[in-house]
Amino acid sequence: MADDSVYEWRAVKGFCLSGLFWGAVSVLIGLFISIQMWKPELNIGPFLTFGRLRAVHTNGLAFGFAVAEIFALSYYMVQRLTRRRLLFPKLAVVQLYIFNAAILVAALSLLAGFTKSKEYAELEWPLSIGVVILWVMFAVNIFGTIIKRKEEQMYITLWYLIATVIGVAVVYIVNNLSIPVSLTKSYSIYAGVNDANVEWWYGHNAVGFVFTTPILAMFYYFLPKSTGLPIFSHRLSIVAFWSLVFAYLWTGAHHLVYTPLPDWIQTVGIAFTMFLIAPSWGSVVNGYYTMGGNWDKMKSNYLTKFFIIGITFYGLQTLQGPTQGLRVVSQLVHYTDWVIGHVHMGTMGWVAMTVGASMYYVIPRIYDTEIYSIKLADTHFWLVLIGQLIFSISMWILGIQQGSMWKAISPDTGSLTYTFMEQVTANYPYWKVRTLGGAIFTVGLCVFAFNIVMTIVQAKKNQASAAAAGGR
Amino acid sequence: MAGSIYKKPILFAIVVTFTVLSGSIVMMLLPMMSDSMHPKLSTLKPYTPLQLAGRDVYQENGCFYCHTQTVRPLKAEVMRYGEYSKAGEFAYDQPFLWGSRRIGPDIAREGGKYNDDWHYKHFNDPRAMFADSNMPAYGWLKDYTLDPQGMEKRMKALSFPCTPADLQALAGKTKLDALVAYMQTLGSAVPRKAEAAMIAQGEKNPLAGNADAISDGRKLFETNCSACHGINAKGGIGPNLENNEWLHARSDETFFSIIANGTTAGQELEGGKKTKGGMPSWHETLDKKKIWSLVSYIRSLKGK
Repeated sequence: MADDSVYEWRAVKGFCLSGLFWGAVSVLIGLFISIQMWKPELNIGPFLTFGRLRAVHTNGLAFGFAVAEIFALSYYMVQRLTRRRLLFPKLAVVQLYIFNAAILVAALSLLAGFTKSKEYAELEWPLSIGVVILWVMFAVNIFGTIIKRKEEQMYITLWYLIATVIGVAVVYIVNNLSIPVSLTKSYSIYAGVNDANVEWWYGHNAVGFVFTTPILAMFYYFLPKSTGLPIFSHRLSIVAFWSLVFAYLWTGAHHLVYTPLPDWIQTVGIAFTMFLIAPSWGSVVNGYYTMGGNWDKMKSNYLTKFFIIGITFYGLQTLQGPTQGLRVVSQLVHYTDWVIGHVHMGTMGWVAMTVGASMYYVIPRIYDTEIYSIKLADTHFWLVLIGQLIFSISMWILGIQQGSMWKAISPDTGSLTYTFMEQVTANYPYWKVRTLGGAIFTVGLCVFAFNIVMTIVQAKKNQASAAAAGGR
Repeated sequence: MAGSIYKKPILFAIVVTFTVLSGSIVMMLLPMMSDSMHPKLSTLKPYTPLQLAGRDVYQENGCFYCHTQTVRPLKAEVMRYGEYSKAGEFAYDQPFLWGSRRIGPDIAREGGKYNDDWHYKHFNDPRAMFADSNMPAYGWLKDYTLDPQGMEKRMKALSFPCTPADLQALAGKTKLDALVAYMQTLGSAVPRKAEAAMIAQGEKNPLAGNADAISDGRKLFETNCSACHGINAKGGIGPNLENNEWLHARSDETFFSIIANGTTAGQELEGGKKTKGGMPSWHETLDKKKIWSLVSYIRSLKGK
């Protein structure tokens, strides 16, 4: 492998495969809990109840899958963009081992019921410290490599990586501060309304700096790389970057509309959420215009459609999200499955598409081979697309139905039209459709994993036969 | 030229940090410093060790993923759940447990709505109470006893008052006992909404003896009442209604009021009878016609 003397690929490979593994486990858990929704007998206490498995599903995908792929692909991109080897290659490998041990312990601890109970910040304090240590290791390598770079200009991708490193550090540390009672139990240092405000300031920016900025970093790097087309506008990237990084931190309160949080915080949060449409669409438009007159690449280059459909879902996501923040929409859809549909469009549409295509680009290059099968990659694309659409659309319809049934007041009597149980009964057909969508998506993901694994197997075979031919 | 920042990573990182901090300071840090984010109702009490243990059980089982604990100030929501949530109700909640999704109903006003027996039965087998419920069963919680020493540490960590007597009271109690105790604290800092008088004094059941109403009433009874009052109203957690001479001697008005508004322990009913309480109120979920149908159905059971 030609580049091995210049670049450090061990950690990239390790994190790619670790993320794939934890991602597959977490998606299977997601599929299982979607069945628990309409088959409650599958809740087997204490460990396999929905209330515990849901945390394993979300944390597994945010930390086990997304963060692993962020580590992997950031280490790939940062070396290419700085034209140098990772500054601390051994540190990255140590980080890989600690990461996998931490994710395993994290999953078991959540099953055991050790949780801080703040969404996306569930891990108990010793594991939170572990997350911070891993993040510092990541930061040291990213900053170190950038500072010692051999390419003077920092490309857009590096801006987003720097913002990711800083953004996650700030929100994670502040929100996870706790009063420890024992190794497995702590209480938040914040209380009540204030705790809610800190949590959703964090929660929304965990989305911002785990599912948005690093994925945009990949998009800005791998779209031009795989199509051979330069990004349409550098100026637009600058405007979009700074306004995104500025606005994100103001918006968390849109998760707390109509709660006891002071009205002004809700209103300012909603206003900045509306503003956030602009920088989000800055990247969407930049992506579309980069394609320019080369839309035939959607057909001829198998990766292009992943990136373009991915950024399209990002565009839809960033229109739908702000709409949900508006009071008039929030009163109907908040607390319903609409939001579940929304989240999964972002994760199964935007994140899974972009990360998947980025891995298709990276894996053959670092293993010095070709992709095992473009046909399988196409199959993967269509399965995850169809699965996600069935999932999201059924949940949007259901969400509107839930909101409408909850608020329906009979005009004759002036009392509520439906009991809560009558509404629950109406959920079941939709929840079964969601499981179908999830199952199709999972099959797509398995095709993806198979394709990646076979690419690596093929590379090892080629190496072995080349070695034999060389007489070594 | 501003473009040079893209060649200076340290400067770039510093500018990004300040950019990220601007919103964080205005929206998170400054509010934290102000009193408006730390209100406390004068009626709010810290949790007892048993209640806190129950809250911990609620946390460790992720109950907040399916149940919210904040009633929004919206008409239908206040009708369904009760008085909307006040900022000062949560001063002792570390962490807050407002939740983000209602797979089950909001339970901010659950305290006092049902009696303890109802909760035990419901946790043990939710589908025995609501046939279509998808809530997991939590009867296994009764296999775990509480650890008084551990609870003492937890009470201290939160600076909640905790007497030796409080801790002794934990002896032999299980996680299920704790969870039920926690359920009964929910919303207790806010007085329960005064029940609206829904019928005029002396009003008679317009559907008395009506065959359709009796049939509707039977269906309503099966979905809403039989979990406590038993199949065919032969009794369970709630009293037998079939051969209940006291009940059948009551006026339509009293009958209606018991169903519509529920009962609280010690409340004096018609004829000077003191009730044990525990009957939940139904007027939020059942309209007038449905309640009269139930009255017709129950009256039809007399002497069977």
